[in-house]
Amino acid sequence: MLKNFRINSLAIVAGATLLFQTGCSKKSGDNGSAGEKMSIQNQGSDTMVNLAQAWAETYSEMDSSVSVEVSGGGSGTGIAALINGTVDVANSSRKLEEGERAKATQNTGKEPQEYMVGYDALAIFVHKDNSLEEITIEQLAGIYGEGSTVTKWSQLGVKNAACTNDEIIRVSRQNNSGTYHYFREAVLGKGHDFKLGSVDMNGSKDVVELVSNTPCAIGYSGMGYATRQVKMLRVAKKKGDPAYAPSIETTLDHTYPISRPLYMYTLGEPSEHLKKYLDWIHSDAGQQIVKESGYVPLPKNGEMSSGTPAKE
Amino acid sequence: MTNKRGIGALTEPIIEGLIRICGISAILFVIGIFFFVFREGSGFLFTKLNLWEFLTSAEWYPDSPSNKRYGVLALIAGTASVTILAMMIAVPFGLGAAIFISEFCGQRLKETFKIVIELLAAIPSVVWGFIGLTVMNPLIIELFNAPIGLTVLNGGIILALMSVPIIVSIGEDALKAVPDSYREAALALGTTRWQMVYRVLLPAAKNGLLAAALLGIGRAVGETIAVLMATGHAVNIPTSVLDSVRTLTATIAAELGEAPVGSDHYQVLFIIGILLFTITFIVNLTADLIVKGIKGK
Repeated sequence: MLKNFRINSLAIVAGATLLFQTGCSKKSGDNGSAGEKMSIQNQGSDTMVNLAQAWAETYSEMDSSVSVEVSGGGSGTGIAALINGTVDVANSSRKLEEGERAKATQNTGKEPQEYMVGYDALAIFVHKDNSLEEITIEQLAGIYGEGSTVTKWSQLGVKNAACTNDEIIRVSRQNNSGTYHYFREAVLGKGHDFKLGSVDMNGSKDVVELVSNTPCAIGYSGMGYATRQVKMLRVAKKKGDPAYAPSIETTLDHTYPISRPLYMYTLGEPSEHLKKYLDWIHSDAGQQIVKESGYVPLPKNGEMSSGTPAKE
Repeated sequence: MTNKRGIGALTEPIIEGLIRICGISAILFVIGIFFFVFREGSGFLFTKLNLWEFLTSAEWYPDSPSNKRYGVLALIAGTASVTILAMMIAVPFGLGAAIFISEFCGQRLKETFKIVIELLAAIPSVVWGFIGLTVMNPLIIELFNAPIGLTVLNGGIILALMSVPIIVSIGEDALKAVPDSYREAALALGTTRWQMVYRVLLPAAKNGLLAAALLGIGRAVGETIAVLMATGHAVNIPTSVLDSVRTLTATIAAELGEAPVGSDHYQVLFIIGILLFTITFIVNLTADLIVKGIKGK
C-alpha cells in the first residue's frame, strides 16, 4: 500500500517535470526549427492596435507559418516591454526617448531599431451637436495646459447649446499613451504639463465613445477612430491661419498641424521571419492596409526607413 | 486491522502537518506581500520622498517633462469620497435586505432572493465599469444636468451595487446565527416583529453585522477597474458628488504598466500600495477593537 503510494507520487512528480519541460521548450521555440509555427510578440500603442491587428491577420493568411500576437496597452507599455526584453516588436505612436533607448540597450544588450510604418493625424473631437467647427493650437493649449484659464465654451466664442452649463469637459488619455505624450509636446509645448482634472481614458476608442455621449466634452484621438456621433474639428496653427480638416492629403503635405509618424521598434537586427514581416508592412500591400484602417500611409517616394532614424 | 491502524498512525501526523502549513502560510503570505511591496517602494520612501508633501499636495505629475511632483491628496480624496458614498448607499440597503431575507420573507421568496443576490456578486467588475461608462454616464448627465456623468456619484452607485451582495450574505448569516429562542422569547413578550428585530436581533447580531459592513468597505477601497471606468479618472479634489475623481487603486492599475522597473514613478506607485495597505490595516484594526470593545461590555 505504502509502496504503491510512493510510486504514484513519484510518477506524478515525473509527469509534472515533463510537462514543465515541454512547456519551456515550446516557449523557446520562437526562434527555433523549421516547420514549427513561429510567433511574433507585438505590443504597444493603443492608437495602432487596430492597424497592427489588421496587418497580423492579413499576414497570417498569406504566410501560415508565422503568427503575430498583437496586444495594446499604450506606447509606454510597449516600450516598457521592449526595455524588459519581453516583446519582439513594440508599437509606438511617439519616438523612443534617449533615456529609454539607453535603458533598453543596457538591459538587453541590443540597440533598439526604429521602423516608421505610417502616419496618424491626431483629430480633435467634440460632440456632434456642438456648433464649434474649428480650433487653433493656442486655444487647445489654453484648454488643456497647466495654469490655463479657458474652462467655458463661451470663452471660445461658441454657444454649445446641448451643454447647458457651458463647462468644457477635457477628455485626455492616461500617461502610458503615446498620443498623450505627443499631444503634450506638440500642443502644450515642450516642458509644459497638462492641467490636472481632465478625464483620462484608457484607450483611443474610449475617448471617442465618451465624447459621443457627453455634449460638453472635447477630446483627442487618431482620426481612424472617428464615428458619426462625433465631429472632427478643423485645426489651425494660430489665429488667422487657415484651418484644415485631418485627412491623408493634409497630413502628407503638413498643412494639418498635429500629425505624427507611427513607429515599430525591434531589439537589435530582426530575425529572418520578423524582417520579412516588417518588409511586408512597408510594401504596397501593407501600406494599403494602413489606408483602409483610417491611418495615413507612407509617401510613395519616401525613404523606407529601416534602422536609420526617420524624418519627422 | 493492523494495516489500517498503521496507515492511520502515518497519515494522521502528515495531515496535521499539512493543516498547520496551511494555517501558517496565510500569515507568511501577508508578511511576504508586505515585505515585497515595501522593498520595492522603500528606496524612494526613505531617500527622496517628502512624506508631508506626498500626503498633502494634490499635484500628481509623475511623468512631467520639467517638474515631477508626487502628491496623492487628490487620490486619497477620490478613494475616500467614492467609498463613503458607496457605504452610505450599500450599508442601509444591504442590512435592510439581510433583515428582510432572514426575518420577513417566505421560504420560496428567500431562495429566489438568495440566488439573485449571488448572481449580482458574480458579475465581473469590468462589466460593472462598462455599465458605469455607457449606461450611467448619459443617465447622470440627463438627470442632474451635469456636464459629465463619470463622477463620484456614478462610481459610488456602482461600488454600492458591488458591495451589497457581500453585506447581504454575511449580514444574513449573522442574523441566522442568533438562536431562535431569542425570537420566541421576544414575541412571547408581545413585541411586534419589527420591535423584535430592532430591540433583540440587531443587538445580538451586532458583531456579525459590523463585520459585514467592514468587508463591504474593504471591497470598496480595493475595487479598481470598475471605479477606474466609472469615476472619470480625473485628478481632482471633489467638491460635490457630481465631480470626477481618481482613486489610489486606479492610479496604480493605469500607470504601473508603463513605469520602467525601478524608476521613481514605479517606486512611488509602490508607496501608494503601502498607503493602501496601511488604510485597510487601520480599518481592520479598528473593526477588531470595536468588536472586542462590544464583547468586553
